[in-house]
Amino acid sequence: MGVTTLVLDVVGGLLLAAGSFVLLAAAVAIWRLPTFYTRIHAISVNDTLGPGLILLGLACRATHSWEILVKLGLILAFLLITGPVSSHALAKAAYRSGLEPRSYRRAKGGPPSTP
Amino acid sequence: MLSVSILAILICMGLLILRAITGKTVFHRILVINSFGTKTVLLIALLGFLSGRPDFLDLALVYALMNFVGTIAVLRFSGYGDLASLDQNDASAEEDFEWV
Amino acid sequence: MLNLVDVLLFFFLAVTALGLVRLRDLFAATMLLSLFSLLSAGLFIVMDAVDVAITEAAVGAGISTMLLLATLAITKRREKAPRREVELVPLMVVLVVGGALVWGTLEMPEYGDPDAPSQTSPMTRHFLEKSRDEVGAPNIVTSILASYRGYDTFGEATVIFTAAVGALMLLGGRRPKDARLTGSVLQPHNRQSLAGAGADEMQPKELHLNRILEVATKSLVPFIMMFGLYVQFHGDYGPGGGFQAGVIFATGVALYALVFGLTPAQRVLPPRLLEALLALGVFLFGAIGLWTMVLGGNFLEYGVLSDGPLHGQHLGILLVELAVGITVAAVMLALFFLFAGRGFCGPQRKR
Repeated sequence: MGVTTLVLDVVGGLLLAAGSFVLLAAAVAIWRLPTFYTRIHAISVNDTLGPGLILLGLACRATHSWEILVKLGLILAFLLITGPVSSHALAKAAYRSGLEPRSYRRAKGGPPSTP
Repeated sequence: MLSVSILAILICMGLLILRAITGKTVFHRILVINSFGTKTVLLIALLGFLSGRPDFLDLALVYALMNFVGTIAVLRFSGYGDLASLDQNDASAEEDFEWV
Repeated sequence: MLNLVDVLLFFFLAVTALGLVRLRDLFAATMLLSLFSLLSAGLFIVMDAVDVAITEAAVGAGISTMLLLATLAITKRREKAPRREVELVPLMVVLVVGGALVWGTLEMPEYGDPDAPSQTSPMTRHFLEKSRDEVGAPNIVTSILASYRGYDTFGEATVIFTAAVGALMLLGGRRPKDARLTGSVLQPHNRQSLAGAGADEMQPKELHLNRILEVATKSLVPFIMMFGLYVQFHGDYGPGGGFQAGVIFATGVALYALVFGLTPAQRVLPPRLLEALLALGVFLFGAIGLWTMVLGGNFLEYGVLSDGPLHGQHLGILLVELAVGITVAAVMLALFFLFAGRGFCGPQRKR
């Protein structure tokens, strides 16, 4: 009994720490990355992974009540579905309204333009 | 550990707010608002666990929903200038709709 | 820890408010307003006021943002620059009134003071100790809102209804003679609105401009409705209740309208039905009050509704919250349908 709770505590703590790190990385990325599309990429991926890890970490602390687990699962499922969809819609809207991704095409012989 | 996570999320929020105010294009701001909404959902869930009241998870779910709908509304407005129209999905309309 | 969260949230609130006031671009200001609502909801949570936080999140970040955006679609997008940077008379008025308010709050008890009147009042003790026996709902906020102060809630529902009626009278168009969804003031001002009446019969080929969004929305809307129902009926036990549930329901339908257009959404909820629902909610509330009088009790005395006062209270609270939920959902949707789609008069152009 004690070992299970200890393991769950440690795992939960690690998951929380990992999730927080991912979120901090995203917040830093929005300042350091060069163009808008790279920033969307960083934010969208991290905003799905980070909350996922944090919610899993919270679930490790709440194994005594299935209601809480279900609700955490619902939040996780919702974020997994709507996070990428919002980012997709945002990127498409930005592209349609003329924001060009940075192109590295050189006059001749350079690397092809990044999409 | 919970407190550390909460602190990390608050730092993220601070960085994001700065980005919201200094963002160059409107899409930067929309990105920030969406991300901020997700962080708030997490903050609510963490605060609920910290103060021992898991009822907050209902609120987190409501907020996740509102964040998504708000983002879609904002995107539709910036792309189309209105929120919904009668013949939005109608191919017989003559305009070339460029939607999000 | 909570103190730190409090301080930081207030700081962010101040920064957001400053940014909000200085921005001339109203679109960005609307987005900052939704940020402001989020931060307020966070503050309410730190203060342990979950019902208020849910309402603030649902209304401020969801419906309010959408209605403001719809307003922006009708008016201009940039605020006009003021004639002078500093206008003396408004500044004086603000300083005087604001100063008087701040001076008034100096007399208020400290935050968390155990001797504050709201803590020591006998009503507080009565609610906290007796509400379980008298009303039976574990969520004391719901029992106060729906039962002890049910008359106030009735007034609130009537106020919301009146606001919607006022908006409909001011902004609703004339009843178009030939529109298919006939005869409702909720028909938006769109010159295609009359043409749409004929086009519907011909089943035009559908554009699918964003499949991903459509698929995601179609999968989410049923769960949103179910969540709305959960919040409605779980309000007795946890945070929630009629008002929040109504807003969630309206947001679900609004999401559908955003993605698929007004016509499919109005097929689901024809504007005539919305107008009827608007009235139905308030009517239901009043009818419950009158029914309790018919049964021999006072107005809105739920105890006489069923055998045993506790059962009566449960039934009464259920019905009353349902009435509030119906009213709020209908009002929010009516306002959304009213504002949306007005856009620019005529066909929309990409900006």
